[in-house]
Amino acid sequence: MDYETLRHFADTWGLVFLVTIFLSVIAWVFRPGAGRVYEESARIPLKED
Amino acid sequence: MIKHDKIERNATLLLVLSLLVVTIGGLVEIAPLYYIENTIEKVKGVRPYTPLELAGRNIYIREGCYVCHSQMVRPFRDEVERYGHYSLAAESMYDHPFQWGSKRTGPDLARVGGKYSDDWHVGHLKDPRALVPESVMPGYSFMASAELRTDDIAAHLKANSMIGVPYSEDMVANALADLKAQAGADEDGVEGLRARYGERTLARDFGGNGKKITEMDALVAYLQMLGTLVDFSAYKSDAPENLR
Amino acid sequence: MIPAAKMIALAIAALFALVLAAKATDSLFAVHAWIAFLFCLGAIAITLKVMPMGKAAKAGEQGKYLDSVIKAGTIATVFWGVTGLLVGVVIALQLSYPALNLDLPWTTFGRLRPLHTSAVIFAFGGNALIATSFYVVQRTTGARLALGNTAWFVFWGYQLFIVLAATGYVLGVTQSKEYAEPEWYVDLWLTVVWVAYLAVFLGTLYKRKEPHIYVANWFYLSFIVTVAMLHVVNNLSLPVSVFGAKSYILWSGVQDALTQWWYGHNAVGFFLTAGFLGMMYYFVPKRVGRPVYSYRLSIVHFWTLIFLYIWAGPHHLHYTALPDWAQTLGMVFSIMLWMPSWGGMINGLMTLSGAWDKMRTDPIIRMMVLAIAFYGMSTFEGPMMSIKSVNSLSHYTDWTIGHVHSGALGWVGMISFGAVYFLVPKLWGRKELYSLRLVNWHFWLATLGIVFYASAMWVSGIMQGLMWREYSELGFLVYSFAESVERMHPFYVIRAAGGLLYLTGALVMAYNVWRTILGHERSERPVGMPAAART
Repeated sequence: MDYETLRHFADTWGLVFLVTIFLSVIAWVFRPGAGRVYEESARIPLKED
Repeated sequence: MIKHDKIERNATLLLVLSLLVVTIGGLVEIAPLYYIENTIEKVKGVRPYTPLELAGRNIYIREGCYVCHSQMVRPFRDEVERYGHYSLAAESMYDHPFQWGSKRTGPDLARVGGKYSDDWHVGHLKDPRALVPESVMPGYSFMASAELRTDDIAAHLKANSMIGVPYSEDMVANALADLKAQAGADEDGVEGLRARYGERTLARDFGGNGKKITEMDALVAYLQMLGTLVDFSAYKSDAPENLR
Repeated sequence: MIPAAKMIALAIAALFALVLAAKATDSLFAVHAWIAFLFCLGAIAITLKVMPMGKAAKAGEQGKYLDSVIKAGTIATVFWGVTGLLVGVVIALQLSYPALNLDLPWTTFGRLRPLHTSAVIFAFGGNALIATSFYVVQRTTGARLALGNTAWFVFWGYQLFIVLAATGYVLGVTQSKEYAEPEWYVDLWLTVVWVAYLAVFLGTLYKRKEPHIYVANWFYLSFIVTVAMLHVVNNLSLPVSVFGAKSYILWSGVQDALTQWWYGHNAVGFFLTAGFLGMMYYFVPKRVGRPVYSYRLSIVHFWTLIFLYIWAGPHHLHYTALPDWAQTLGMVFSIMLWMPSWGGMINGLMTLSGAWDKMRTDPIIRMMVLAIAFYGMSTFEGPMMSIKSVNSLSHYTDWTIGHVHSGALGWVGMISFGAVYFLVPKLWGRKELYSLRLVNWHFWLATLGIVFYASAMWVSGIMQGLMWREYSELGFLVYSFAESVERMHPFYVIRAAGGLLYLTGALVMAYNVWRTILGHERSERPVGMPAAART
């Protein structure tokens, strides 16, 4: 394996792979119905001293 | 399907997944350096440090010289003119650890070998501002009187050979003799030293202190060989095998 | 652990240290073995003192949370903070006036610089992280720290690590890997302590009463785990003798360089960023009294940050003998890092939306906001400096030093001070701090100090870079290296002055914390109240 193969992989499949992961994380985080869970979770620090 | 709130509720899963995520980058970047063949150029002349140079290098490390001096000339016109041919990976292939540095409060030292006389180095190390008035370097006069520790030098070579530096058994066995010969304390040993480390190996009283071998001897011996091993007249930087 | 077993373990440890001291092949190793021995004796003395009143002590320690260790950690944070900053001012003055090196082996810049970096990063930052993580994990899980008094072992074990590292630098024990200078046996000891730390933290998460793991804990957890991985891989080495200090690192040359900066940059990414983000995600909402702006964003922030950071190391090696493909990869990921970093910054700042008026009346909130602003600034500057053409100028110069300090003084320092000011009254059961006005003083001293520091380093760094590459019309280099050194002098003096201001601020904090612990309360006009309202 040399530099060319690595680079070729990185700027084709590697790139697609990473972008897909990134987009699915975003989509997943903003999925409908998650809002309430998050609102509750965000209040954890304020529950007690 | 694993839902994210599973992860949010399971500490082990969170631990494993985050470890997985942080491992990828290191694996992809570092691991290939070990098996991609042209990471290190094939050049002639790079050899392991002699015992005296190794001892000097350890003093360089102990005093934190790397904090202010780099040993890595970048391939820019100004750097090449100021310091010499840009540094090759091959030149530090026996450096455990590397000394490329990250800051130039003082100049780069990758090719300082042979640029100044021994006397200049000794005088400069003792009192930098006597020779370079603008310098902010600390003085290291104590090195001139500090006797170099030599009794464990063979063990140092041995340790290096165990982690891949090609020291031969002969080199390890003669470590102390070679150290003395190179420091100018035993002229009869020079022939053996050069047989093991090459004809161009310098041998003289680097620190100018006579028979006593000091830390100054070792450090100056190290500085005087830095960047001198590769014969650049025979190196073709644009040959395909040297392109990275 | 039951006292008897603990005593036996400590006695064995003390004996082991004695053997090491006796068999040491060099005096430095012997010194360190004696220090370890004294630590064991100290631990035995403490255990003996506690034992007779074992029951009483137990009753006192059976509150809902184990807070005594956090108190100790907070005091250690303040102590090491002042110490590390003091050494920083000393070495800044050494660069301005080299006679201050004294030309003694133990006082030169080369030996004190690692002392400064380790004292501020690992002693100050590390203690702040350990103490706050123990506080946050208990409060957000509703569970007491796991594994009994192991947290105390973590605390004292970590202090021993600091003492061994610090004395080593001064005496000349170093393996010369930046921010990982301690030798092999100190590294081994830190590994033991770190595993105990992970066990306590993870154990507490397992015990939690709250089903959801709050996001601050994710950041803390990933910081602990990643630092463990980085530390072990980067420090793998072969000692020359098991009774001697010196070792040789397993890696060499170009591979060692990348391993080192993979470690080095992620010491920034996980020690100085992820860990302190954990701090931000708890203390900012807590002090403001509002939940974090967007919990969704904090999740995206977490995963993208930890994934991207780990790749950024090669930007420390631009144009070196590291293969080009690795440099490019490092640059690309460094630039991408800008996004999650600013996502986090926005999340932190926007937590104040609807409560911005508190900036005027609460200097602690002001401090936290400034910290987040500096986080944003340095995470913009960083990606910019990782662009190869910018880096060709900035690398090896003071610009890098300035960049590090705007992150360290601005982000890490300020968010930690904010956390300390929050914690001290809570831990010691005081209503408020001794004086909020002194916090205001601290805020301005520190801010002014950073401005001096960063601007001096920008000017000197860019000037250095330009002088080194300047050509005359005839095609010759214009400046010798020494000339560039000479021109740095005024900026080094300004930098030292900035550091002194920042140190003064930290001393004000130490005084304020001390008086608060004593239970004093200064009668003063509330911050932000107009003068007319005084009567």
